[in-house]
Amino acid sequence: MKYMDEYRDAKIAHGLAAEIRRRSTRPWVIMEICGGQTHTLMRYGIDEMVGNSVELVHGPGCPVCVTPLEMIDRANALARQPNVTLVSYGDMLRVPGSETDLFHIKAEGGDVRIVYSPTDAVELARKEPEREVVFFAVGFETTAPAHAMAVLQAERLGLKNFSLLVSHVLVPPAIRMLLQSPRNRVQGFIAPGHVCTVVGVGEYEELAREFHVPIVVGGFEPVDLLDAIRLLVCQLEEGRAEVENSYVRSVQYTGNRAAQSAVERVFEVSDKKWRGVGEIASSGLRLKKEFAAFDAERKFGLASVTAEEPSECISADVLLGHKKPTDCSAFGTRCTPEKPLGAPMVSTEGACAAYYQYRRHLVTL
Amino acid sequence: MLLGHGSGGKLSAELVQQVFLPALGNPVLDRLEDQAIVSLNGMRLAMTTDSFVVKPLFFRGGDIGSLAVHGTINDLAMGAAKPLWLSVAFILEEGLSFDVLRRVVASMQEAADRAGVQIVTGDTKVVEKGSADGMYINTTGIGLVREGISLSASQAQPGDAILVSGMLGDHGIAILAEREGLRFETEVKSDSAALHELVATLVEATHEVRCLRDPTRGGLSSTLNEIAGSSRVGMELDEAAIPVREEVRGACEMLGLDPLYVANEGKLVAIVSAEAAKSALAALRSHPLGADARIIGRVTKEHPRMVVMRTVFGTTRIVDMLAGDQLPRIC
Repeated sequence: MKYMDEYRDAKIAHGLAAEIRRRSTRPWVIMEICGGQTHTLMRYGIDEMVGNSVELVHGPGCPVCVTPLEMIDRANALARQPNVTLVSYGDMLRVPGSETDLFHIKAEGGDVRIVYSPTDAVELARKEPEREVVFFAVGFETTAPAHAMAVLQAERLGLKNFSLLVSHVLVPPAIRMLLQSPRNRVQGFIAPGHVCTVVGVGEYEELAREFHVPIVVGGFEPVDLLDAIRLLVCQLEEGRAEVENSYVRSVQYTGNRAAQSAVERVFEVSDKKWRGVGEIASSGLRLKKEFAAFDAERKFGLASVTAEEPSECISADVLLGHKKPTDCSAFGTRCTPEKPLGAPMVSTEGACAAYYQYRRHLVTL
Repeated sequence: MLLGHGSGGKLSAELVQQVFLPALGNPVLDRLEDQAIVSLNGMRLAMTTDSFVVKPLFFRGGDIGSLAVHGTINDLAMGAAKPLWLSVAFILEEGLSFDVLRRVVASMQEAADRAGVQIVTGDTKVVEKGSADGMYINTTGIGLVREGISLSASQAQPGDAILVSGMLGDHGIAILAEREGLRFETEVKSDSAALHELVATLVEATHEVRCLRDPTRGGLSSTLNEIAGSSRVGMELDEAAIPVREEVRGACEMLGLDPLYVANEGKLVAIVSAEAAKSALAALRSHPLGADARIIGRVTKEHPRMVVMRTVFGTTRIVDMLAGDQLPRIC
């Protein structure tokens, strides 16, 4: 079992797609809320494979895309300070703020570094005590445990020069907001597999019960996603609204307790603004007061940095699945990955970028 | 100037179009092939230059020295030129150890010897500590273009076959693994190699080669997009046919990279006529450096300038040119 081979097997995939088309009596609207899953769906053409039996709609699952504009501006402001080393995951560097992005600031001499893991940032702070190291801690529930561990490690090491610029968002409040909206058309959700690996499945059961909507935890390979869609279609056809786990090789019902403890130790839930979407109650994480010394916003007094969104970008509608990227008047012309108007086009996990990268040959620009 | 301007993708192309060509343009430069071909006394000479800034200096499968020699030989070979002479210019960082320099130079001599080329002139500069990452190398190469053959990225025609000489992504992953201290169960080695003999084998087997390119920075995707753009044709690839080592696939998965965009230093892409495809493939496979050669697609008149790929599922997607460097995905 090598996972990559089995879960990308064309015969199995086509079999699942055929089953979906067979069972479905109408075009059910299904949404995934994970940039990695959006990427897979587009790259393998799964929407083509399921045809008219399912309408796939992409949700706000790209953490880069939903990072508020002012957070980007705050990161940019920090990176410009001569004694600050701004450390980040690679994807964030190309996201446009109000004036510029981290790549350009790096080119102008700002100390901006890319890491794969937050522990690299802690190590950097340890090795360079004269630098103020700020890690741009972006993500859903998936990356929160690693960020929490980084703070705890920095605390153990007695580091005074390490902090996080936090922009964490939580998935269930976003689903709740979508389902409460009168414009909502989504009838079933694929829950994000790696988020659930961390937090488990319980919160999704509450949502399924409250809104009578089926939710299936899905993985990231094409066969995983086809299987999740198949299970959703079966539920929808049978009028059921349960939570099922299709990603059993990674997700347990209770999730990862150790990871959850680390997060609960260091973070607390807060209201949070999502780029393009607006404020969603209790949908974010912030560092607890006792870890204030590791909170870059408190440490560097960044609250005064605010921002206005550019008006042509329809990211809110795209992120909430109300519009497809190709519905945007600027798609592929004034807005491209090289010159993005908004985050969903610049992040490789964004819906607009996925459509541009894989599908624009099917659209007249 | 952004790092992306040097990564071989869209930004690099823009830089050439917007800054270099307007200032420096002339009929030879404007062709923008991997090498310049000039005529002298009835002979065609190929000339190329390249700078090597790889970090770390030593890696599995090679070092900056052998990389420099192979890289410049390959740019000549892609023009069907027999590589003859190289120059080498060193930019050395103050404080660099003599031992490191000796190792690199020895490696260059060995690579040149094996390839039958001579390093005939050189230069050295030393810069302050903090510059040059240890060492930068520039090499310029001169070769003699084989008679009766003229290759160009603008010659691809609908119906032509697209071949690659072997497994893709080895070099980029080997470098990244070394740089990030990543350890995989099976170690990936750079494929750095001189390709001029492989090219000779190919062009001796068939005259219907339109174009040869080595997919270095930006990977297979950048190379194919460049050829499609130059020739104003479309391309259709078969994902299942594209050869990638399992270890490289696995490493790319872990790092969130796509092997189609990862650099190669010992592979070539060949565009040949449909009729010549089989003999071209056989010729490549007959040489050790082409043992894993495959036909991966064909040139088409549909969707000009766009490279489209049939996925393993039979659906289609674009293989786009990247803007800058490939950024590994977050989660």
